[in-house]
Amino acid sequence: MGLTISEKILARHAGRDSVEPGEIVMVDVDVVLANELSAALAIDEFKKIEGAENILRPDSAVFVPDHFTPNKDITTAKLVQRVREFALSQNARWFEVGRAGIEHCVLPQNGIVGPGQVIIGGDSHTTTYGALGAFSTGVGSTDVAVAWAIGKTWLRVPPTFKVTYHGQLQPWVGGKDLILYTIGRITVDGATYMAMEFHGEALAGLPMAGRFTMANMSIEAGAKNGIFHVDDVTREYLASVRHTSYTEYSSDPDAHYEHEIEIDASQIEPQVAFPSIPENARPVSQAGDVKVDQVVIGTCTNGWIEDMREAAQVLRGHHVAPHIRCIVVPGSQEVQRQMVKEGLMEIFMDADCIVSTSTCGPCIGGHMGVLGEYEVCLSTTNRNFVGRMGARTAEIYLANPAVAAATAVAGHIVGPDEVVGRRAAA
Amino acid sequence: METLRGRVWKYGANINTDVIIPGRYCHLTDPQELAKYCMADLDTEFVDKIKPGDIIVAGPNFGCGSSREVAPVSIKASGIGAVVAPSFARIFYRNAINIGFPIFESSDAYDEINEGDEVEIDPDSGTITDLTTGKQYQAKGFPEFLQQIMARGGLRGYAEEVLASRTQA
Repeated sequence: MGLTISEKILARHAGRDSVEPGEIVMVDVDVVLANELSAALAIDEFKKIEGAENILRPDSAVFVPDHFTPNKDITTAKLVQRVREFALSQNARWFEVGRAGIEHCVLPQNGIVGPGQVIIGGDSHTTTYGALGAFSTGVGSTDVAVAWAIGKTWLRVPPTFKVTYHGQLQPWVGGKDLILYTIGRITVDGATYMAMEFHGEALAGLPMAGRFTMANMSIEAGAKNGIFHVDDVTREYLASVRHTSYTEYSSDPDAHYEHEIEIDASQIEPQVAFPSIPENARPVSQAGDVKVDQVVIGTCTNGWIEDMREAAQVLRGHHVAPHIRCIVVPGSQEVQRQMVKEGLMEIFMDADCIVSTSTCGPCIGGHMGVLGEYEVCLSTTNRNFVGRMGARTAEIYLANPAVAAATAVAGHIVGPDEVVGRRAAA
Repeated sequence: METLRGRVWKYGANINTDVIIPGRYCHLTDPQELAKYCMADLDTEFVDKIKPGDIIVAGPNFGCGSSREVAPVSIKASGIGAVVAPSFARIFYRNAINIGFPIFESSDAYDEINEGDEVEIDPDSGTITDLTTGKQYQAKGFPEFLQQIMARGGLRGYAEEVLASRTQA
């Protein structure tokens, strides 16, 4: 029997010809990612490992302080200091504030991640890099520490869940809508322990931004990893970030899939996930009358330049509704630089948005846009759990950047056509 | 391993790591500090009402969401002896095993055990006994490799063996 792309990558990294779903393998790890939170705990654990003095392969260890940075208070400043000292003393790759951004945008943009790799990270959205044809998954801090020490990690080979998207996408529909729709259909544990493998002609024209968003949120269906095959869109992106040496893997025609679903993507309209679980997805036209207090556009899930362009396209010439705060969070310093070059900063500022520095802050209720009691937020981030962005009583809706921009203008949840059309008519 | 025994606190499906230990406390690394905020956004009375050794019985996909290892760390430090659920989200599952915190997969136990029941668990066999009702449940077994990790008290012991063998080689 043939193998899936995930099985092939794991077999290669286990030094084997093949692997089977369910078995546990020790695999070589190409990249070990940690942010300041997962790193802090991992450093404590690493220091307890007898016989481990140095990171085995320092160039494979990447540190991106992004969750509470720029430091929100003295406690987090001390935490980042501790992680910085460790990373620099180990000659690992340290991405300082001002030269980086949010980890899941920083790694691809610096050419660190690419096809065929095994990547683990102390952050659940490490699944993002599957968009480039890598096997990439989130782990805890002890896993990070052990991978630093021995260069390997244990993985249970996941069975694969194949999702195929047919047809042509409607206007304003992108990766966020496809993944929210899919999670709505299979639920938040529909792919638990599994590899989600994305296929179909509807994805052929999808830019890397949309693919990163889909792979990023495969974890919200419980998946171990989300993975795309390499095509010309991927190759072009990799060339642009100077990631030139890689191996492309692909699933065999007779590979075994645990589950397969086919989705007519041409029928999907922009989606909104209602509180407080990402599977509560419904079409924006059926959102009803939901007033919001805050809109967040960006972060690791929709913080790419394509996302910023989409939001700006809707916001251009409009103002954010008077009672609303609209916070734009570019995924990285590089995205922000490009926003300046393309004049997007001006569009956002003219529309009365605040453009924040790159940080996970608002998405985790950390800083830079924390929600108060009973506030309602529509966000392009990836989780709408109770308390995620602030107060327990606050409610979070998830959507794509165009819906978020339109909602900021209207003051309640609407699709982009209602705002863009309004300007055309005026 | 020692027998676990305690009173049951019951929760529903998809208990995510954000409610187990909210993001605003994730900069903490001291287990005792983390224990103070365990379940902060799920059950504000949790830390006051539980006693050491008590057992959480919850619905499917326990621990979904973030990779934060502080989630099982805070539960362990709060004094909870084990979590029983039909299934665990995968990162929570590996984190629990890696830090040596007992978890048990059983659908029947979730369906039938009530809050407040006194429950006893034999970690070696995976037998869960509801002392209040007298019923017994068998948790799913762990793969051999994971049993080895658990027997060493977590993943660290495994790493130390690998490093020691490399030094000798």
